[in-house]
Amino acid sequence: MNHLIDPNLHIWHWQIPLYLFAGGLAAGILFFAALNTILGRKEKYPVSVKLSPFIAPVLLIIGLSALFIDLNHKLYFWRLYTTIRLQSPMSWGAWTLMIITPLSFIWCGLNIKEILPKWDWKYKVLIDLEAFLRKYELVIAWLILIYALILGVYTGILFSAFNARPLWNTSILGPLFLTSGLSTAAAVIVLMSKSQLERHYFARIDLMLIGIEIFLIIHMFMGFLASTQVHIDAANLFLGGPYTTPFWLFVVSLGLVIPAILEILELLHYKMPAWIAPVLVLFGGLMFRFIIANAGQASRWLY
Amino acid sequence: MRYAMAVDTKKCVGCSDCVVACQTENKVPIGFCRDWVVEVTDGTYPQLEIEIRSERCNHCDNSPCVRCCPTGASHYADGGVVLVTHDMCIGCGACIASCPYDARYPHPDGYVDKCTFCLENRVQKGLNPACVSVCPTKCMYFGDLDDPNSSVSVILKKRKFKTLIPEAGTMPQLYFLI
Ligand code: SF4
Ligand code: SF4
Repeated sequence: MNHLIDPNLHIWHWQIPLYLFAGGLAAGILFFAALNTILGRKEKYPVSVKLSPFIAPVLLIIGLSALFIDLNHKLYFWRLYTTIRLQSPMSWGAWTLMIITPLSFIWCGLNIKEILPKWDWKYKVLIDLEAFLRKYELVIAWLILIYALILGVYTGILFSAFNARPLWNTSILGPLFLTSGLSTAAAVIVLMSKSQLERHYFARIDLMLIGIEIFLIIHMFMGFLASTQVHIDAANLFLGGPYTTPFWLFVVSLGLVIPAILEILELLHYKMPAWIAPVLVLFGGLMFRFIIANAGQASRWLY
Repeated sequence: MRYAMAVDTKKCVGCSDCVVACQTENKVPIGFCRDWVVEVTDGTYPQLEIEIRSERCNHCDNSPCVRCCPTGASHYADGGVVLVTHDMCIGCGACIASCPYDARYPHPDGYVDKCTFCLENRVQKGLNPACVSVCPTKCMYFGDLDDPNSSVSVILKKRKFKTLIPEAGTMPQLYFLI
């Protein structure tokens, strides 16, 4: 409507989808690490507990940097942390990251000797701190589990809180992005693990998550198509509109259906390069966030 | 106190004087605007009807932009006017995405900007907003809805009006006389 403002309306570019992808993936990785610790499966699935979490802080820092680059008024970044605004998903996200990022560093600190056996903390304070934190490992695992879930859901809620963009305005995006984040995390663990037991376990989890994702996507469209004209228009962006090909090709086919078939074949002991399915899942997860971010900004109320 | 504005779509000729007055009064950077004029044509030839509207932020009673702001920069000021505190705004863009009327824009200085109803620079000094004062057809009415004698209350009692996308639930306070 407003032609002078419209070109600037596409306010979120690559930074926000990248931030959400990195956040969702980190949340998934930390979730599995905490879960397998709590369930006492540390030795059974060592990569998920001890090795993959080392990627989480890196991802969280990439995500936070992307968010920072997205801000137009960077010098005032700290304003996020002078207030808590319960109704603002951005505020939730900023605070959740503020808590889960240090937790992820602590987790890595507790596990660093697993990957660098010669690691030495050198200073007495650090040695004492490690011993102290190790006593509370289970408590930390629980905290990580809870905050990872909040982070994973938040990556979807950030979008769904915007009633002004009908495509985003569905609460299914919360569980959908959480599931997608967990699925990309399972894919990373499959990529990193050398033990067949662990790989097959996470391939099965991934398969289940892909199933849930497809189910949620179908429900998302059913919800839109049963709603108002603007919601039907939003769904039509993917059902014949400009986002049809990228969505059904990259997200659904390459990112969900094909990896699911490959994983089934692998579980049935067909020989194939094990990296293809997880890489496709990661690619699909990234595309999914980009497509939803862009398409959402193209969907609007009519007046 | 509840500030509101009424725009007479039957009187507006779409001259855009309000846009220029606002840009001048509020030093809006080149290429941006806080208010704009929309022309909507309905019907099929030869039965056509044109509606011309001068639009801006609706200073909604239930503003998604205030709700989603992570810092509290977007807030309700006197009379329900929605304002952005520049040095609290981090420029995250959440409010721009949240406004169904696309009333906000990212100011080149970093913060997000939009119509202020000229609250601090004119209204609190007893003047009308710049757009209202300058309109050559006098098609805009501004004032306090809680005061039954304000020009906006008086005209809304007399005329039929509508708001834009009331179904979005934002409770807009910009009334269009039809
Ligand atoms: S019109 Fe947009 S910017 Fe103005 S108060 Fe309503 S939602 Fe906020
Ligand atoms: S851009 Fe500024 S005013 Fe808008 S939501 Fe972010 S901090 Fe608030």
